[in-house]
Amino acid sequence: MADTPRSFQEIILRLQSYWARHGCAILQPYDMEVGAGTFHPATTLRSLGTQPWAAAYVQPSRRPTDGRYGENPNRLQHYYQYQVLIKPSPPNLQELYLGSLEAIGVDMNLHDIRFVEDDWESPTLGAWGLGWEVWCDGMEVSQFTYFQQVGGHDCTPVSGELTYGLERLAMYVLGVDHVMEMPFNDPDAPIPLSYGDIFKQTEEEYARWNFDVANTDVLLRHFEEAEAECKAIIEQEYMDPKTGKRIVMAHPAYDQAIKASHMFNLLDARGVISVTERQAYIGRVRALTKMCADAFVQTRAGGWQGDAA
Amino acid sequence: MADLLIELFSEEIPARMQARAADDLKKLMTDGMVEAGLTYASAAAFATPRRLCLTVEGLLDASPRTVEERKGPKADAPEKAIEGFLRGAGLTRDDLVERDTPKGKILFATITKEGRPAADIIAEVLEQTIRNFPWAKSMRWGNGTLKWVRPLHSILCILSREDGAEVVPLDVDGITSGNTTRGHRFLAPDEITVNGFDDYTSKLKRAFVVLDSAERRDTIWHDATNVAFASGLEVVEDAGLLAEVAGLVEWPVVLMGRIGDDFLDLPPEVLQTSMKEHQKFFSVRNPKTGRIEKFITVANRTTADNGVTILAGNEKVLSARLADAKFFWDNDLRIAQSDAGMGAWVENLKNVTFHNKLGTQAELIERMAVLARELAPMVGADPDDAEKAARIAKADLSSEMVYEFPELQGLMGRYYAKAAGMSDAVAAASEEHYAPLGPSDDVPTAPVSVAVALAEKIDKLTGFWAIDEKPTGSKDPFALRRAALGVIRTLVENDLSVRLVDEGIRVSNTVLTTTLKFSIDGVEERMNDLLSFLHDRLKVYLKDQGIRHDIIDACIAMEGNDDLTLLVKRARALSDTLKTDDGENLLQAFKRANNILSQAEQADGVEYSYGADVKFAETDEERALFAALDQAEGVITPAMAAQDFTTAMSAMASLRPALDAFFEAVQINTDNGAVRRNRLNLLSRIRTLCTSVADLTRIDG
Repeated sequence: MADTPRSFQEIILRLQSYWARHGCAILQPYDMEVGAGTFHPATTLRSLGTQPWAAAYVQPSRRPTDGRYGENPNRLQHYYQYQVLIKPSPPNLQELYLGSLEAIGVDMNLHDIRFVEDDWESPTLGAWGLGWEVWCDGMEVSQFTYFQQVGGHDCTPVSGELTYGLERLAMYVLGVDHVMEMPFNDPDAPIPLSYGDIFKQTEEEYARWNFDVANTDVLLRHFEEAEAECKAIIEQEYMDPKTGKRIVMAHPAYDQAIKASHMFNLLDARGVISVTERQAYIGRVRALTKMCADAFVQTRAGGWQGDAA
Repeated sequence: MADLLIELFSEEIPARMQARAADDLKKLMTDGMVEAGLTYASAAAFATPRRLCLTVEGLLDASPRTVEERKGPKADAPEKAIEGFLRGAGLTRDDLVERDTPKGKILFATITKEGRPAADIIAEVLEQTIRNFPWAKSMRWGNGTLKWVRPLHSILCILSREDGAEVVPLDVDGITSGNTTRGHRFLAPDEITVNGFDDYTSKLKRAFVVLDSAERRDTIWHDATNVAFASGLEVVEDAGLLAEVAGLVEWPVVLMGRIGDDFLDLPPEVLQTSMKEHQKFFSVRNPKTGRIEKFITVANRTTADNGVTILAGNEKVLSARLADAKFFWDNDLRIAQSDAGMGAWVENLKNVTFHNKLGTQAELIERMAVLARELAPMVGADPDDAEKAARIAKADLSSEMVYEFPELQGLMGRYYAKAAGMSDAVAAASEEHYAPLGPSDDVPTAPVSVAVALAEKIDKLTGFWAIDEKPTGSKDPFALRRAALGVIRTLVENDLSVRLVDEGIRVSNTVLTTTLKFSIDGVEERMNDLLSFLHDRLKVYLKDQGIRHDIIDACIAMEGNDDLTLLVKRARALSDTLKTDDGENLLQAFKRANNILSQAEQADGVEYSYGADVKFAETDEERALFAALDQAEGVITPAMAAQDFTTAMSAMASLRPALDAFFEAVQINTDNGAVRRNRLNLLSRIRTLCTSVADLTRIDG
């Protein structure tokens, strides 16, 4: 069976080539701070509308509350997700997924792979789906979801979404106990680098900033500015007066929604959001993503065919 | 006769839904077939993570032909009426026959329904079943609109008879029925062709699938206890977890693993919760020390290395999980043992809403502290301890461990309070003040815990009554019925005498208005309303113990009815008394006396409440009753003063022979006015004496 990879990056490269081989467009990470790969517009927005889609990409993700100063063996405030979205979901998606595990060196004959119920819901995206967390020997290695609704819109057709927690999965495949000790590039490279060589220091720095230093007044202001800008973009006429073209600005508006969401996560990590306020903030972000979803289905990529009619 | 086998093969069905889905499949299919005339001998349904299966034996080959005669209009009825009848019956004029009846010539139709082959009916019912299956949550997939719990891949549907099996043809949104299935996802993924239920189960077993969840459960439990026993250990029982795990595997293989030494000092409940919630592991305990030392995991397969790789993986995952739990535990302990102690957590609770009209958790704690202090002397607790305990009882809601594992609330508080140097009694209240959580849950018994538990529940009831959020019908979003039952059981089962209105609810109202700075209008009515709510819950509670509601009403009508313990004692004594022969007859005699007296009082417009004198007595029976009353009164009055209801009531019941003899021999309404008046006054004495014990007028029968 597939030989065992030797480094973190080799696992990523193998996933990239596996999903490329199975017809996905290999995209690059989205260039903004997001909490998970799902936030990438290639997932959130492209799961809407009727246009077929198949994409895979690595997404650096940030969860400020999960910071442990680089000390916890597998909790990080900055980590990588690998994301696959195929619309409509193919009937053999489970087999394709298992094939990807084999491609990164998981021997199906020695491990115990299980699909354990996990109904996915993202209150900030106004999205839900049904599926599983996939367990390998008791460890959650992926989320597997059939999207039913995103941004308040029913998904027709349904997208199949796969999300791999790369560090955890790689640690398991490589047999490493602490994330910081994981080889990032090949251990025999002239300059071998571990995950810790690259991220230990940043984990410390960000943990301190996230938990204790970030200026909450500034964060709050950024949140409100992003919210206002998102709404302002959405409120623009579809017709661009300069070009005379119909240009619905779903993506720029969505960028602002992403920004607001990240500001909320930072505020949350600073512990300044009470339980009751929490719900209100989540509701505000959800309102933004809903507006963006509404706008996206008014675009050609979102299935709008207005001028054909 | 034929046997039917159905299998609906899908992607992994959530464990918690499988049993219900098997039942639903059986019910929908058998109901549908029977309704269509297809009866059967027996049916059974099964579920695994990937399949729902139904087997039906002794099914008719076809539904029977039915013949129904329908009476129509008279032969000479207007043409329109006859046409209408024909339309309704789906017949033509030639199908009708004329028959003489006492009412004249009448048209009759014979409607014959031909039987339908079993396969036709099954195909129809199965399609309906699939389309309307009552999944708690279902989904669409791909381009389709069909809904199932997860994507449905194949339908096996065969009818088998002695001469072989046939596929029941069926197509549901492109999924066509067949006679094949697949075995275990990894161990035997190839297609299997089957010709009946026995063939199906045995081929599945060879393909590493145990169809029956009960069999999977038994295997898991048997193997788990064996492997633990071999190491001198025991598996902590958990029926819910066992059922869930049996729903996660088709081919269960039990493996026992180690818990890292670093984690063995975590509280056992933390180990157990973390292993169960996150990993679905069973805890394995050392019976000598009571410590949790190992775990059992259930894999879905055998491997060439006998599970070594799987187990190593599971141990590694657990270490990471427990490292997190230990991180929370260490951080929490650091805070609990700091100078600010648990107060820092209470401070955080100022930001946590309890209810938007009833303030924050911190304000709730403040109210509980005042109320617990007030209640302490009545429940035998030290007021300082009760207040201190109330102040920290909910502090752990701010702890990291409870944030991660909400089900550990209270329990963690107890550990942290101990770590913060609190006494055992004060620390215990953190855990015990939530009790009782259900009708069968134990009530707290330690005085400090009782004070805090009562304070919490009384505040809750008073508070929600003050803001008009009482339970209505089946709606009780704040679990106020449970809180009321908690108050009742805590008082009654601990034999605690508390005047609930004056010593509890009234104080609670005052605390509420002063701390929340709002005024409550109609306080007295609200308190009475709350008391009658508590009385209603008390009736439910006592009914379960065999005490009738009218007996409770008779006791509620008495003075001091907000002392629930006293009320229950009175009701129990009365219930016991009325079960005796004397008691039952006394009740009849009392009612007779009361009726005669009431009628006379109404007719005469006076109250005969004073002055029965033995010197006006004319008969021995009359005199005997005077004597009996004197004697009973001598017992009842002091017994009542001492709240000894049993003695008082048996003294009351002892009046029965004298009373019976009196009614036998004496006529009340004589012509002699003085004698009559004296006798009515005597009856009044009986009424007064009896109703000093309980309001017997409210007893039925």
